[in-house]
Amino acid sequence: MSLIFEKSKDGRALSLLPSLDVPKVELDDQVIRKKELKLPQLAEIDIGRHYTELVKKVHGVNCGFYPLGSCTMKYNPRVNEEMAALPGFTNIHPLQEEDTVQGCMKVLDLANQYLCEITGMDNMTFQPAAGAHGEFTGLLLIKAYHKSRKDLKRTKIIVPDSAHGTNPASATMAGFEVVSVKSGDDGCVDIERLKEVVGEDTAGLMLTNPNTVGLFEKDILKITEIIHNAGGLVYYDGANLNAIMGHVRPGDMGFDIVHLNLHKTFSTPHGGGGPGSGPVGCKSFLEQFLPGYLITRKNDKLTFKKPESSIGMIKSFYGNFLVVVRALTYILMLGSEGIKKAALNAVLNANYMKKMLSDEYDMAFDGLCMHEFVMSLEKLHKEHGVSAMDVAKALLDNGMHPPTMYFPLIVHEALMIEPTETESKETLDQAVDIFKQIYQTALTDAQKLHDAPVNTPVGRLDELGAARNPKLRYIFE
Amino acid sequence: MGQYIPSSEKEQKEMLLTLGLNSQEDLFESIPHEVKLKDLNIPKGISELEVREKIEEISRENKVFKSIFRGAGAYNHYIPSIVKTVASKEEFLTAYTPYQAEISQGILQSIFEYQTMICELTGMDVSNASVYDGATAAAEAVAMCNERKRKKALVSSAIHPHVMQTIATYCEGNDTELIVIKEKDGKTDIDLLASLLDDSVSCVYIQQPNFNGLFEDATSVAQLTHNKGAKLIMGCNPIALAIMKTPFECGADIAVGEGQPLGMSLSFGGPYLGFMASTKDMLRKLPGRIVGETVDKNGKRAFVLTLQAREQHIRREKAISNICSNQALCALTAAVYMAAMGPDGMKEVATQCISKAKYLADELCKIEGIKLKYQGGFFNEFITECIIDPDVLLEKLKKHNILGGYPVKNGILWCATEMNSKRQIDDMVSIVREVMKK
Repeated sequence: MSLIFEKSKDGRALSLLPSLDVPKVELDDQVIRKKELKLPQLAEIDIGRHYTELVKKVHGVNCGFYPLGSCTMKYNPRVNEEMAALPGFTNIHPLQEEDTVQGCMKVLDLANQYLCEITGMDNMTFQPAAGAHGEFTGLLLIKAYHKSRKDLKRTKIIVPDSAHGTNPASATMAGFEVVSVKSGDDGCVDIERLKEVVGEDTAGLMLTNPNTVGLFEKDILKITEIIHNAGGLVYYDGANLNAIMGHVRPGDMGFDIVHLNLHKTFSTPHGGGGPGSGPVGCKSFLEQFLPGYLITRKNDKLTFKKPESSIGMIKSFYGNFLVVVRALTYILMLGSEGIKKAALNAVLNANYMKKMLSDEYDMAFDGLCMHEFVMSLEKLHKEHGVSAMDVAKALLDNGMHPPTMYFPLIVHEALMIEPTETESKETLDQAVDIFKQIYQTALTDAQKLHDAPVNTPVGRLDELGAARNPKLRYIFE
Repeated sequence: MGQYIPSSEKEQKEMLLTLGLNSQEDLFESIPHEVKLKDLNIPKGISELEVREKIEEISRENKVFKSIFRGAGAYNHYIPSIVKTVASKEEFLTAYTPYQAEISQGILQSIFEYQTMICELTGMDVSNASVYDGATAAAEAVAMCNERKRKKALVSSAIHPHVMQTIATYCEGNDTELIVIKEKDGKTDIDLLASLLDDSVSCVYIQQPNFNGLFEDATSVAQLTHNKGAKLIMGCNPIALAIMKTPFECGADIAVGEGQPLGMSLSFGGPYLGFMASTKDMLRKLPGRIVGETVDKNGKRAFVLTLQAREQHIRREKAISNICSNQALCALTAAVYMAAMGPDGMKEVATQCISKAKYLADELCKIEGIKLKYQGGFFNEFITECIIDPDVLLEKLKKHNILGGYPVKNGILWCATEMNSKRQIDDMVSIVREVMKK
């Protein structure tokens, strides 16, 4: 289809503003723009139809099944959107005086209260805008903590080799050296190997639990104890909290710092890549280091307070506030029972799908999983030349978003499936049927899978060409 | 109450049966008994109707001002209806990062169009798909400039304090030395800058127009900076760019900024949009997602996330940045905004901003006891000094449902945009006049 620039016609415009009612000011020649500003010239109907055309080429979770492992693509309730669009929130300037923003502060305060209860933390910052941003924040808390104790030898962060790629990247950004520790054959942290790498230079450990292969780290208490005994802190990557919320809390497992992904666990939309929200919670002994502003109550009024040894600001203002409004709406609706049920059903759905697929597909790890599971297509690839990518692309032809591909790195030809609790049994059954059909096709007509997808707006792309010869913008004639 | 689980109890039991389990609790057998939570101490769930009432009630505890004369990093602009309509489409709203390009062409193309518009606006060669906000864009830009022998960033003090603090936080992480260049008469002190520049400096960061509202002499800063082999980063107001000399024309290597004025509501500070654009030379260091044009196997034009070899999921601990998302929906919002405005509309908004701000400044300064703190050209903001306590003045304005300027050291930072009609300005000024009389 055409680009918006290709639809432009000179002289088309919308009627948006009244004419200027004060004397017109022109810029001095010194600061005036010389290059002509080229933007599309369109009527409102052209714009509306352009994006309607684009929207037809997008698959969102509210449009169809989206079992993208590690991303918790659960249904995004509509009421969240309406609450986030209330003028009493959208028209509030972030630098209004405190007595005029008590409602916004109450949103942050309530969200803080509930999310601390869910995670077992004592306080929380909402400044981080995404999970990776939260990781960076958490690592700076670890850095600040050791620095405050003048314990300067702690330069290393331990990260399991099954971790999300952001974990090591965040640790490096925060100025730490990354020590990767190999997982055991069961996909969990290998306690003996962990003991070998822990030492006086350990600043902390980053861990996802359930981990990225969908298993609960059963030795978690031992793990956190080992790190604490060595003088390090333990960081909880909240990507997989959906599996356990309401049932077990990171704080009770020995974690000191937690980041959450409100856009995963708490049903706020991903927006095609953002905005998300990655609040960071911590135990009370780390509260003094939190970034931004914390809310406290003073004579019945909420007020902002800067933590005394704050790491500073990690972003402007108070984070992605409207995302927090959505998450709060969701928490209030679900309540204590609903939150527990959400986790139970997320785990139930994952196990059901795992079981139903087990005859055809090899599972990376046997037994019960938590909210997601990983299949390995290594054998199918070796024997029939069909890769995880081929299966994923064939799923596209069946109106379903594929699972996460090639992650975690410790599983070859991995497909990671996370159905979430908001999918019905019949959706899961349909997906299972599709997977089984694709498996049969792999045995009889592998070429068909190499050619997939064929029912999508475009076929497989020349990604190499895109990287070799980057065309990153439209060039006007 | 209030759940989004479609499977009936009967179906849930069937699934359990398939698994050979008796109860849902059996699913959690791997969780050690001693850490299991007994009671989750949050309120019981409520219905959609009740939650609506509760959240609406909370929102009413905020004060929505009828007129706003405050900016300082968040600007009150008109948002065309079409912008909200497009950005609330469920497909755009509820998709993930477009990893599966074949079913994400809509998002990918919209980002490609956004990147093009940001390049046009800034004059720069390449743009990424956006980052969290203006402050993190600035901090990421500083990190981009680091080299083995250059790890010192010179940052003008005349920038938004949150941007300064965010840069400082990131610098603490990557061991960059941050040196603040003091201001002189409200602008970056160019002589001081010249004396601080040497071979160990990686970059210079200035804001245009700066936090005091004034135009910086960006071209001179660029020359000085490049003479010492350092890079110039400019933090820009995207509306001002419609009429102002572009960062590229000034000689900047990287242009960043807060994209909120491009169609995003004030929203108590977020979600906003960080835009980032650079010269071709710096492309491989540009963090975050980037969309490129390519073809599919049938030769049809298509779009895809590209240059991912720089990214955290491939480079892990060797990545320059850990950012693995963008503010896609906000980037979409900005693109629709710019399309709705068109080139003439963008220039008109900018012209109205500068004209209304000038009118406001002139009118305020007619009042005895109020004067401009600094001389020099400004865009939509300026600082006045006044002989009475700013808080008294602002409190009075509040009673008239007006959000006055932002109190800063020794004065008030005022802002005017196309949203402030002449009548609004005149009304506000007459209240100020009354207060000053007393």
